[in-house]
Amino acid sequence: MSTTTTATTTNLWTGGKSPFNVEYGKLMMWYFLMSDAFTFGAFLISYGTIRFSTNGWPDPNEVFRSFPFAPEGVHAPLVFVSVMTFILIISSVTMVLAVKAGQEMNKKAVSLNLVLTIIGGIAFLSCQAWEWNHLFHEGAWWGRNPFMNADGTASSTNFTNYFFTITGFHGFHVFSGVIINIIMLIMTLTDQFEKRGHYLMIEKAGLYWHFVDLVWVFVFTCFYLI
Amino acid sequence: MEHIATHEEHSGGGNKEIIKVTIILSVLTIVELILGFWMMGITSPGFRLAIKGTIVILMMAKAFYIVAYFMHLKHEVKNLIMTICVPLLLFVWFIAAFLWDGNSFRNLRNTFDPHFKEQSTIIVPKKAEGKEHPAEKK
Repeated sequence: MSTTTTATTTNLWTGGKSPFNVEYGKLMMWYFLMSDAFTFGAFLISYGTIRFSTNGWPDPNEVFRSFPFAPEGVHAPLVFVSVMTFILIISSVTMVLAVKAGQEMNKKAVSLNLVLTIIGGIAFLSCQAWEWNHLFHEGAWWGRNPFMNADGTASSTNFTNYFFTITGFHGFHVFSGVIINIIMLIMTLTDQFEKRGHYLMIEKAGLYWHFVDLVWVFVFTCFYLI
Repeated sequence: MEHIATHEEHSGGGNKEIIKVTIILSVLTIVELILGFWMMGITSPGFRLAIKGTIVILMMAKAFYIVAYFMHLKHEVKNLIMTICVPLLLFVWFIAAFLWDGNSFRNLRNTFDPHFKEQSTIIVPKKAEGKEHPAEKK
């Protein structure tokens, strides 16, 4: 077993071999994402606690029932948000393909898939901007809740406060993910990774982008479905 | 610049796997949506809760597929998997304790706070749709 530790007297790890078999940056990205998972977890659990401690809660199918270019008063729950969900899943797939192309040192495929991922991210942000705008014009905002509870009783502003805070925080993550991907695209196109001899940076950006998709799985379920 | 990590092994993550996981994620999402639509017509609280539980299980399955295959965690060495997954076990306590607490708070208020109970039983008149724009009132 300990063939390398015989020369040293300390018990601390002295380097030479990565115990996780990944590079430093990728490991730190994992740790960052873990801390971010706790941030989002705290938000969503706080939302759950408040929802559990209240007798009534607005029906998401009544609140999120519209989509762009739809006539006034249309009742189409879950339609728009499923479009948003699929946009994010597909952009996650193109990111996987970009990472894979990076491992194969295929610059052209990396750029193409990064462009597709960026388009997906911008499409998602546009959808969210439309939805926020729509809800704002229905009278919903932080501290204002025009929707009543599912059982017809008056609701508090908890629903809108949590909705805008959590989807806003997630949207900000999507936004920074798009910025990171744009930087990755510029670095790819200017041959930075070719000079380095590897596309490991794309893998780290990919981890972040998948995390954004992962969080949306939870936000989508907690706010729109249940 | 020598990079140790450039010798990383890339087992798994082939095109076939990507397609397979994409299909699984799409199917899981579609099943979730079907359950969501189905739930709209159901009034029985117990049945609704069962559907919600199913949706949460499907959500966890989606999370697993994203983390394991898209984020490649399944193909990393076991030490890395453990260092990420073990701390996340804290969520088990986190979710159970806080939801329990919220539920207990509601029961306590319903029992000991008549005002709270009364407020949550008053039916408010439905607002006329598209007529009012409270956002413009300020």
